[in-house]
Amino acid sequence: MKKKYAFLVIPAFLLILVPFSCKKTISGATANIPALDAGNEDLNAGNWKTFLLSRPDSFAVAAPSATNSTAYLAELNEIKGYQQNLSSSQQQQIKYWVAGGVLRWNEIMRGLVAKYNLPPYQEANGTYPIPNSNNPFAYPLFPFANPPYASRAYAYVSAAQYDALIACWYYKSLYNRPAPYKVDSTIKAAVTVTALPSYPSEAAVLAGVTAEMMKLLFPDEIANIEQLAIDQEQATIMAGAAVRSDIVAGEALGRQVADLFIARGRADNAGKAVGTPANWANFVTQTLSEGQIPWYSLESPQRPPMLPLFGSVKSFLIDSETVAALIPGPPPASGSQQMIEETEEVYNYVKNPSRDNIKLVEYWADGAGTYTPPGHWNAIAAADFIQQNYSEIRWARNMALLNLTLMDAAIVCWSTKYKYFNARPSQLNPSIKTLTGIPNFPSYISGHSTFTGAAATLLGHIIPARAAAYMQMAQQAALSRLVGGIHYRSDIDVGLQTGISVGGYAVQRAEIDGAE
Amino acid sequence: MFRIHNLFFGITLILLSAIAPEVQAQTDNDAIMMNKQQWCNGITYDHAQWNDYWEGTFKRTNQNIGTLTTQSVMAMSNYGITSNLNLLAGVPYVWTDASAGTLHGMKGFQDLSLFLKWKPITVDLRKGQLSLFAIVGFSTPTNNYEIGFLPMSIGLGSTNIMWRGMAYYRRGIFFVRASGTYIWRSNVSLDQTSYYTTQLNTTNQVEMPNQLTFNGSVGIYKKYLIAELMVDNLTTLGGFDIRKNDMPFVSNRMNATSIGAHVKYTFPFDTHLSVLAASNYVLTGRNVGQTLDFSIGMFYAFYLKKHAPISTTTLNKTN
Repeated sequence: MKKKYAFLVIPAFLLILVPFSCKKTISGATANIPALDAGNEDLNAGNWKTFLLSRPDSFAVAAPSATNSTAYLAELNEIKGYQQNLSSSQQQQIKYWVAGGVLRWNEIMRGLVAKYNLPPYQEANGTYPIPNSNNPFAYPLFPFANPPYASRAYAYVSAAQYDALIACWYYKSLYNRPAPYKVDSTIKAAVTVTALPSYPSEAAVLAGVTAEMMKLLFPDEIANIEQLAIDQEQATIMAGAAVRSDIVAGEALGRQVADLFIARGRADNAGKAVGTPANWANFVTQTLSEGQIPWYSLESPQRPPMLPLFGSVKSFLIDSETVAALIPGPPPASGSQQMIEETEEVYNYVKNPSRDNIKLVEYWADGAGTYTPPGHWNAIAAADFIQQNYSEIRWARNMALLNLTLMDAAIVCWSTKYKYFNARPSQLNPSIKTLTGIPNFPSYISGHSTFTGAAATLLGHIIPARAAAYMQMAQQAALSRLVGGIHYRSDIDVGLQTGISVGGYAVQRAEIDGAE
Repeated sequence: MFRIHNLFFGITLILLSAIAPEVQAQTDNDAIMMNKQQWCNGITYDHAQWNDYWEGTFKRTNQNIGTLTTQSVMAMSNYGITSNLNLLAGVPYVWTDASAGTLHGMKGFQDLSLFLKWKPITVDLRKGQLSLFAIVGFSTPTNNYEIGFLPMSIGLGSTNIMWRGMAYYRRGIFFVRASGTYIWRSNVSLDQTSYYTTQLNTTNQVEMPNQLTFNGSVGIYKKYLIAELMVDNLTTLGGFDIRKNDMPFVSNRMNATSIGAHVKYTFPFDTHLSVLAASNYVLTGRNVGQTLDFSIGMFYAFYLKKHAPISTTTLNKTN
């Protein structure tokens, strides 16, 4: 080969350097955030309004040993033992957990929802098995963490964490035992140094309450989550932020509060939400008798509708009369001019979709295998809350309000979907092909639109500077469902309005819970 | 003349198919070389489809997809810098369709590929002749097509670099050929901001595992006709299995073993022209479709500068 061709061949083969110089490891958005740094420790949060706990001291927490006692001084040695020689994996563990317990558990919850958000695979005879909480390890694993289930899971964990932290803050104020790094100056604080008393430990409260809630929500994960709870507690000790008695008292308190929420969860009608074949058939009969075209499953084999009785789940923020009052009027009638035009509009969006429209749909889809639309709003909220320097209890309060309003959005939305049981656009026009999978439930109103209307309303109240941005996101998310070919304009417009109304109740609660 | 760089086109194109719509032609995975200043251009059409696919190692169908068909038209060009150093390029236009369910087909230009094919060594043995080849290839998406909508997406979106070593032995009209390839794949970006593999990843960046492929073939090489049977294997060095009843994802561990038959025919009445036809079938795989594909193509070769009349022996030279 002539020398002049070397200019081509040698560089070409030098591309071999690319794999060695281009690092491909990726990291998550919150991999390198600093320790939680609360602008305000919310020391009076023991007085905030709870959801289920009747009083902050409903569960007794014994008075701790004094910081000059032999017992306490002995406990300090556990911290010092760790801090003599922290390995790099221990330092990583500390760094992960001190960024915020509510934040990290929220990320873990999103991961659990994504892990369990897969529809069951059919049996050979074309029927579908249903997850069974009494046999959760048998396929299909319990739960199927679809959007309504996910909204309830996020809500129960967030509300339980919030109530538990109110009790925690009450006792912190009552006993006023300072953090180990305040007591002993040789102890290094890997957390932000504050005046917040450390007994009981808020990290341990979160560990206890969240791990315990898995018994209701993700029974297959109890083992994994209990291990994470231990990791959080160990990290808190290694960080110099708590002694063992802070941890033990906190964890016990958290578990007791969780048991209240578990008892409520076992009786909130979620267990009946799947309905029966008689229910499913009745929706069709009812809709036909009203002269409307009923929904049918566009899956093959056809799958029963998703959680048709979820509308009966007991809300925390609104009563059942309010739920009924929030249900909007009916969608455009099947065969009406408006319905014909709306169907045509859907077809026009998908017949030759632009790349921008495809991107909009994929960005907001949050379908099977993901953390669901409620999870997406948890991610949006968490990213913004990190910038706000909230205390752990304010994090918990804000996440609780967000997730409770998202659960309410699911309740009202599902009540509406199954009141009217109307057909998807692809049923009325089979030429409508979609840019994302069609979820297995009726069209009106759009779940995305209801969720995002509620979330944007509540978050816009918590961070007013972002209110316009949140509402614009909500509109984009709602639009993505029309553009994707799976909803009519009425579904998204009425859905968004309904969601905004639902969110208003969370705002009302936020104004009176003592945190503002 | 051109084999659609099996890896780039095949893998990126067929996602759930892995190996490749092999359109036989010269190029990145055969022993044919253009002579110096010989330039060959052509178009191929490929039709690939699957009903069955592997969710991890579980073979199944999906009635919400039915038959997934991927078609493409590809323009290819191949130039002889010297008779031992060729430059190849190609770009396909791809479109997908599901015969059942409601998922929208996708379409668009896919990835541009460039190959440099070098034959540094040819050795005359007591019987027959052995040639060794070194090939380096590069491919990259020509646009930001959607990659998060598998199996409808037209490609996986990564920028790839591949290095191949190939040995070719010919004796009389028979030949045998073997090659091994390492493919480095860049990370890709999704539209969504989070995704689940075996854990939740709170980023839109996806780490793409690299790949290895092996190819072996036997065939006959005559004055106007080249025909061969081949076996291909693709192994993805990392990635995760499609979860039960989930949709495929760009960084799945995609493996496949396939067999194929390729024929190339040069017209005796005009040796500038050649046609090719090929078919491949995935025998076994992981996180891929059990693809059956057919392709046909037509090519025209000529010399850039005035040259002696092209003879088939010249055209079919292997060195």
